[in-house]
Amino acid sequence: MASEAVYTHRDPMLKKRDDFEDILEERRNSSDLRYALRCYIPVLYKELTPCKASELKSMVLQSDQLRYVINQVCKETGMAADEVQAEAAAILEEMAHRLQLSTIRFFAFTLSKVFKTLFRSICVNEEGIQRLQQAIHEHPVVLLPSHRSYMDFLLMSYILYTYDLALPVIAAGMDFMAMKFVGEMLRMSGAFFIRRSFGGDKLYWAVFSEYVKTMLKNGFAPVEFFLEGTRSRTCKSLTPKLGLLNIVMDPFLKGEVFDVSLVPVSISYERILEEALYARELLGVPKPKESTSGLFKARKVLSEDYGSIHVYFGQPVSVRSLAQNRVDRCQFNLIPRHIPRKPGEDIHSFVNDSAYRLVRAQEENMVLKPWVLLASLLLQNHHQMQVAEQKQEMALDELTEQAVWLRDLSRQYGAFLHWPDHVSPSEAVSSSLSLHRGLVRISEGRVQLAFEQGGQTRPGEPCSTVTPEEELLNQAVIILSCASYRNQALHIFLRPALLASAIHTASSSNKQEVYNSFSFLRNMFSNEFILCPGATVQDFEEACYLLVKTGALQINQQEFVVTERGHRTLGFLTRMLDPFLQGYQVVCRFLCEDATEGLTEKQFVPAVRKFIIRHILTGRLRYTEVLSSDLQKNSLAALLRLGAVQKLKGGEEQGTLKVNKVMVNSLEDTLGGKLPTQKAVVARL
Amino acid sequence: MASNSSGGGSSDRQRIARQRLSRIAGHLQRPADGSSAIVAAECKAHGSQADVPGEEKTVPRRRQEIMKWNGWGYSDSRFFFNKKGQAEFTGRRYRLSGLIIPGLKDWFESTFGASLQHKTPATPILNSSAVQPPTLNEAFVEELKSTGIPLSHDAEDRVFRAHGHCLHEIFALREGKFGRVPDMVVWPNCHNDVVKIVELACKHNVCLIPYGGGTSVSSALECPPEETRSIVSLDTSQMNRILWIDEKNLTAHVEAGIVGQDLERLLNESGYCTGHEPDSMEFSSLGGWVATRASGMKKNVYGNIEDLVVHVKMVTPQGVIEKSCQGPRMSTGPDVHHFIMGSEGTLGVVTEVTMKIRPMPEYQKYGSVVFPNFEQGVACLREVARQRCAPASIRLMDNEQFKFGHALKPQVSSIFTSFLDGLKKFYITKFKGFDPNRLCVATLLFEGDREKVLQHEKQVYDIAAKFGGLAAGEDNGQRGYMLTFVIAYLRDLGMDYYVIGESFETSVPWDRVLDICRNVKARIIRECKDKGVQFSPLSTCRVTQTYDAGACVYFYFAFNYRGLSDPVHVYEQVEHAAREEILANGGSLSHHHGVGKLRKEWMRDTISKVGMGMLKSVKDYVDPNNIFGNRNLL
Repeated sequence: MASEAVYTHRDPMLKKRDDFEDILEERRNSSDLRYALRCYIPVLYKELTPCKASELKSMVLQSDQLRYVINQVCKETGMAADEVQAEAAAILEEMAHRLQLSTIRFFAFTLSKVFKTLFRSICVNEEGIQRLQQAIHEHPVVLLPSHRSYMDFLLMSYILYTYDLALPVIAAGMDFMAMKFVGEMLRMSGAFFIRRSFGGDKLYWAVFSEYVKTMLKNGFAPVEFFLEGTRSRTCKSLTPKLGLLNIVMDPFLKGEVFDVSLVPVSISYERILEEALYARELLGVPKPKESTSGLFKARKVLSEDYGSIHVYFGQPVSVRSLAQNRVDRCQFNLIPRHIPRKPGEDIHSFVNDSAYRLVRAQEENMVLKPWVLLASLLLQNHHQMQVAEQKQEMALDELTEQAVWLRDLSRQYGAFLHWPDHVSPSEAVSSSLSLHRGLVRISEGRVQLAFEQGGQTRPGEPCSTVTPEEELLNQAVIILSCASYRNQALHIFLRPALLASAIHTASSSNKQEVYNSFSFLRNMFSNEFILCPGATVQDFEEACYLLVKTGALQINQQEFVVTERGHRTLGFLTRMLDPFLQGYQVVCRFLCEDATEGLTEKQFVPAVRKFIIRHILTGRLRYTEVLSSDLQKNSLAALLRLGAVQKLKGGEEQGTLKVNKVMVNSLEDTLGGKLPTQKAVVARL
Repeated sequence: MASNSSGGGSSDRQRIARQRLSRIAGHLQRPADGSSAIVAAECKAHGSQADVPGEEKTVPRRRQEIMKWNGWGYSDSRFFFNKKGQAEFTGRRYRLSGLIIPGLKDWFESTFGASLQHKTPATPILNSSAVQPPTLNEAFVEELKSTGIPLSHDAEDRVFRAHGHCLHEIFALREGKFGRVPDMVVWPNCHNDVVKIVELACKHNVCLIPYGGGTSVSSALECPPEETRSIVSLDTSQMNRILWIDEKNLTAHVEAGIVGQDLERLLNESGYCTGHEPDSMEFSSLGGWVATRASGMKKNVYGNIEDLVVHVKMVTPQGVIEKSCQGPRMSTGPDVHHFIMGSEGTLGVVTEVTMKIRPMPEYQKYGSVVFPNFEQGVACLREVARQRCAPASIRLMDNEQFKFGHALKPQVSSIFTSFLDGLKKFYITKFKGFDPNRLCVATLLFEGDREKVLQHEKQVYDIAAKFGGLAAGEDNGQRGYMLTFVIAYLRDLGMDYYVIGESFETSVPWDRVLDICRNVKARIIRECKDKGVQFSPLSTCRVTQTYDAGACVYFYFAFNYRGLSDPVHVYEQVEHAAREEILANGGSLSHHHGVGKLRKEWMRDTISKVGMGMLKSVKDYVDPNNIFGNRNLL
């Protein structure tokens, strides 16, 4: 069904996407006030029994599920039932939204003003809106937007209000609530707040899950949450979190609703408001705590141009069709449905697979701006020049030529690229560059990354005012910002890039050999990128298909042959993945060489950062972006997953990392192409 | 039963007289000491009289004399649209017979998008030459003939016994298509006849398929196409006597071929009843009920077949199985009756049954309650079950079925009644604010002595009131029950105009009732859409039985198949999907229709691998050569 259509296309070129409509255009031509006060009659769920937000709470508190858990908690703790009941009510009070149309209207007015100053346009695919409207009418709906900015959920509600769609209730992190006034405002615009972690708290989990399910089942409002769990600081999609997805799928699996529609929404920003903030955060400058005054300080962002936003409402995915032939719903027949149970292995893997598919669907409908391609090229050029010890700049003409080449390539790979075809390529390039003048500098027809002191000082050469380390970090801010744009294109090139790297590292060009290499890399990077579990073969085939189709590769009797013009493509692709490869190797090296006994998970990032800075400053490592704590954490997660590192649990050594040096060493060698993959696999076992 | 529900009934004097008379008759009939020789003699004597005209018998050997060969029920009773386009029901057997039903056409056309212009008439005559010639086992036939048991290999006789009433079976007959049919039909007259037939079948390796009333809806009567032996249909319809009535213990010993209506009628003559009234009771037989674990409408008072049966005699290839006494309950290991009940003709033929009887109820009263919506209705039924105060029957129809029932109202005779109807409608929809597209109706039947019935009635109506229910009169109730008997006839009418459909049932715990109803109905609609059905189908349900721990739910499903190249296949796919949905929503594979061959594929999941093994090993012991080879169940 619908879901099938989203995932099974063989040729990405054939992907059909809707056109966009700019919703700010009308705002610029008519009264915001009238817009905010206009008649709003959304289409609702056909089986909705209307109820107020307060009734919702009592439904939750009186639900069988909650009563059962309250009883259980009473028995376990010896507390009185009404005490526990009161606690549950308090949790719900802290959590619940108080969605009010008036607040939405207030936001509709103020956000119109803000958006018009910040953005050139907010483009929405109206066909997606129509599909969504239909979906809301038919089944309970879950909205799953990508998460790149604080803006995301206000923007979502704003758009839904604009199109007369039912306003969503949104799962938000508790940290927002700390912002006094704003927290309440958000609450009244439909946000409900959940603690970041409540691992063992049975009561909290019960209140929370029942609250979400009640809203969903009754069709009170579309439920919105972020699959990625948090904002992605790197602009790469994050591996999905399963908690909420589990909760919203549960009513279907237990037959309480006929179906649930999951709607992936891709929000792409041409320029992200938090761009520099994210880079600093990744480099270890802690993020400022959300506070109202902080928000006002952020006002200066208002004076800048952030380009346009594209919001793509994807094809609704029916949970029913996802579950068909996958989940045996009879497993819920033998225990009363209100008794909470940990999902079984099959349910877990089903939810996990679905989550990956949904994130992939988000990725696929992300609009890419020319700048994303330019950032990729500039970063690669920067590093190439660095190696050649030349000036790290690039002629504008050359950049344009490469950009056009990459534009065509990415289109062949199915990228949703918004390249202005009505202007000449050089104009398109320069207008893109000018929007990001904080990151690039153009002088005399040459382009370079905008480092504070210019890129003239070679690394290692002392400077009078700043220490080399400070300078490095300043540069890293720019590099990581650029990398965050490049990352937006990663999902397009990822599979071919893995193949290109596999061909590069494999000991021979034999297909099986390359596949082993590919499989190893894919496995290694599955915490870093969105790679659907168990889809190694499909990914490999897709990568082969793309490279062969674009004439970069030929397969002759199980042998890969890179064609003449393929070298350029494969070179580009391997360079794209190279920072990650090197990054993982450095982390491995750190664990083998520099990790002290009793290193804990908490100490890991600062320690590895110090190690990396030392390596960069001594010229042993060229990729500054390896300083990203995201990459470091992901590589640790991968090593933990593969069992090369173990995390001790309990006792005084809680969180201590135990490194299997032999294995880490062999993984590092394999990543560097020094060991054939077969051996590494054996080593792991 | 549908045609004449006795109200207060005859006077006491008459009744007593009738009872005495029947008692005397019983004495005369009862065998002196039950020795088999005498029984056999009696049986033979009876057999020789069988063809004597004038003997009152509902089901003749030649069913074709009174019944349709390619549709439901009596030949004289059917719906049709007259020249004015009004629906009429022919014959004189039912309350609806001879009446005009003005609302049916509009309902029919608007529900299915069907049109009276587009007809799909059935093949009118059974073309005997299209039936495969019989494969006979000559030795078997010879020996059987020597016993004097009536038999036939006439094509019509064989075709009649080759099917039940599944949609695909009737659809094929209407098109004049016959698959594998039995090669021969035999009509045993008594238990001993059956013993002989089974012995001979074992001796000559002939496949036997027991046939009772032929109302199966599980493909149970279909001849397995892979069967190469000669297939003999063992028609029990002539074993239809009440052998004795024991008033001290309130039991009756009955031959298993008797059909429901005869059993009730004959018992009523003695002042008794079994109270077992499945919707098919006009045609279905006692042996069939036992073999499929049947359930009756009034089970709340009388119980289902497993509660009614005291003693069973079954003839198997290994011999006769029966218990040695008639104790009301025993602790003697697993109850062997439960191997027999639900065996669906795979182990042997049920020949005689002792079942409980009750004095006929003094008073019967119908009733109905309107609820603002289905949810409230289910909540009310649940409460009634919780308080264990369910009337003899309580059924809840959903909104679509309520409308359907409404469309079946016969033409009203007086202006006054139609005025009254209008007033009622006004009261419910305008004054009480019920949404005509959401409201639903529960129909009730109370039985017992007058005072208790009235008391009971009040209790139930009080509960209903708590769930927003309004009493809606006896008439609506009675019509609801009548619908049960004519709905099968209506399917034939639909099939004349491109509409096919069927019903299926399940049982489900209380907390799942609403969910299963919603999901299965929605699944049917979605599947139809996916399979290219042009017009949204009729997809409706009702809750027909309440239990302590759950309910029985019936689904009706029909659609207009114009534009489909293989409507039966589409129908089967949708029904299959609906059954999957039922199972996924915690419903059972069947409440009382049985498994047959239609639902076999889900048996393993339903009763587990070990459960299957248990049943298989019983089959292997009882019938190692698969003489009872209808291949149902396992």
